[in-house]
Amino acid sequence: MTPENSYPKMDSTEAIPHFVAPLEETPLQATDKVNEDEAPSSMWKEAWRNLRRQPLFILSALLIILVILVALFPGLFSPLNPANDVCQLQNSNGPAAAGHPLGFTQQGCDVYARVIFGTQNSVTVGVFTTLAVVLLGGAIGALAGYYGGWVDAVLARISDIFFALPMILGAIVVMQLPMFRTSRTAWTLVIILALFGWPQVARITRGAVIEVRNADFIKSARSLGVSRFRALLRHVIPNAMAPVIVVATISLGTFIAAESTLSFLGIGLPPSAMSWGNDIQSAQASLRSNPWPLLWPSFALILTVLSFMMLGDALRDALDPKARKR
Amino acid sequence: MASYILKRFLQLIPVFLGATFLVYYLVFSLPGDPIAALFGDKPVNPAVAAQLRTQYHLDQPFIVQYLLYLKGIFTLDLGQDFSGRPIAAVLGEVFPVTARLAIMALIFEAFFGILFGLLAGLRKGKFFDGTVLVASLIVIGIPIFVLGFLMQFVIGVQLKWAKPTVGAGAPIPDLILPALVLGLVSFAYVLRLTRTSVIENMNADYVRTATAKGLSRSRVVTVHILRNSLIPVVTFLGADLGSLMGGAIVTEGIFNVPGVGNRLYRAVLSGEGPTVVSIVTLLVLVYVIANLVVDLLYAWLDPRIRYDS
Repeated sequence: MTPENSYPKMDSTEAIPHFVAPLEETPLQATDKVNEDEAPSSMWKEAWRNLRRQPLFILSALLIILVILVALFPGLFSPLNPANDVCQLQNSNGPAAAGHPLGFTQQGCDVYARVIFGTQNSVTVGVFTTLAVVLLGGAIGALAGYYGGWVDAVLARISDIFFALPMILGAIVVMQLPMFRTSRTAWTLVIILALFGWPQVARITRGAVIEVRNADFIKSARSLGVSRFRALLRHVIPNAMAPVIVVATISLGTFIAAESTLSFLGIGLPPSAMSWGNDIQSAQASLRSNPWPLLWPSFALILTVLSFMMLGDALRDALDPKARKR
Repeated sequence: MASYILKRFLQLIPVFLGATFLVYYLVFSLPGDPIAALFGDKPVNPAVAAQLRTQYHLDQPFIVQYLLYLKGIFTLDLGQDFSGRPIAAVLGEVFPVTARLAIMALIFEAFFGILFGLLAGLRKGKFFDGTVLVASLIVIGIPIFVLGFLMQFVIGVQLKWAKPTVGAGAPIPDLILPALVLGLVSFAYVLRLTRTSVIENMNADYVRTATAKGLSRSRVVTVHILRNSLIPVVTFLGADLGSLMGGAIVTEGIFNVPGVGNRLYRAVLSGEGPTVVSIVTLLVLVYVIANLVVDLLYAWLDPRIRYDS
């Protein structure tokens, strides 16, 4: 657009000299134009558009899909099932051989098969602990943030109490109890990790709900006659979900790591259960002569934990415009 | 200010009571007999069991047990562990070791975390920033026991740069490698936190003013950007001291550090309820006090925060 066009032509013979620099303006029609053909964009759609372009997101999503497939159908990935195929002591600490690409443990078990079949327990603990933590912590945090007042005060003190006990420490104290010494399964771990993991989600949810609860659209919903509780469920919570989802994704990685740590300490899954933590623990003895049985489950663990954390990182960038890097 | 300190202090009391009650309840009141568990596979000797029950007040109603335990905490009489040594003496022996380890880890993570975070923040979007971000993500993703083993194996066993395990008395040079492992994950968090905070503050009006006044770049960075960026970092570091001491259990196990975590782990495995409760109480206390100190540090770092209002 040239500057002359934006001025009306003077209808006089003498030209009025310009003393003011010509303005360069975007015509109003251009700014007011609304593209009505496109569907209204939501926060999630925008986030998805942003995510699709992030290599970090694509990489972590592919890895997570792979890990979940391995957890659901380990038989597809390993012809040997460590539960049936008895370990041969003659193979103790043996190197990789045909059909056994990662070599053998000290007990003569196939490392590859154990890594593949160990995925299930880790992923189960991670996924279900995260679900439990989001439900419990989300509900408590949302109630505290939405109602405020004494509800908030009481719930805040309770979560402070649990917050003062670090998760691993609390889990260690509970797991050593006589009632958990004899029978421990992945579900025991889920309950105990969730018991000490919920306050973090509660804090995040509370903050997010407080931010949303005074928004205009909540006021308009309330004035249209939506009940207070219904407004919380239908309008506040869906709009406060973004930071909770980010924290949940990152926590999923943390819980998988916590399961391995507890199993490694000997108070997680029972020694008979197949788990990366147990395998790392039992490979520890022969670390100096044959580090591979320790390294392979470690790599699997790191890769899994890392992919959930990368996913959380990418989600944060996509969902929180303030924290966006670019 | 004084009234604020008092108020914060009063808020600590329910948290402390609640946390100790929770731990005490978990250890002594859930189904399962801690005294019977103590005998393991051996048959329970009724006389010894009765003696132990009296000694730990397990014959009393639960609430009386808890109150007696609280009284013990305040009179520093924590009872004896199962080998007959006073728990207070055991704690006096192991606590300084872990405190030393945790403080070394804290210094390491604070110094390098803030340094790298500041440099990355100032070079936002450049190659250095990207490298540091990816590296810190990888560090966060590695569980600490795997990290500990890898460092022990590579640095201690293969390269022989440091002793793979800690000797008696836990001298400071021996603790460098465990402290590095202990602080590494938090280092990554400190780095990311500092970086985000620096990026936020870099474009603040007061930074532009300071530059426009003609202050040198180094003064603007250290006094105007860094000091304002440190507030969230200090919160994290304070809370982290508590988690470092509690989280040292894994690191101490790997490097054989004779500290709180190691003792706690042995107590857990042998089912020594009273020792477990005492150690956890101590760790909760450290955590809670560290958080209080952090709150008070705010005033020094950010005079805009006033406590009396």
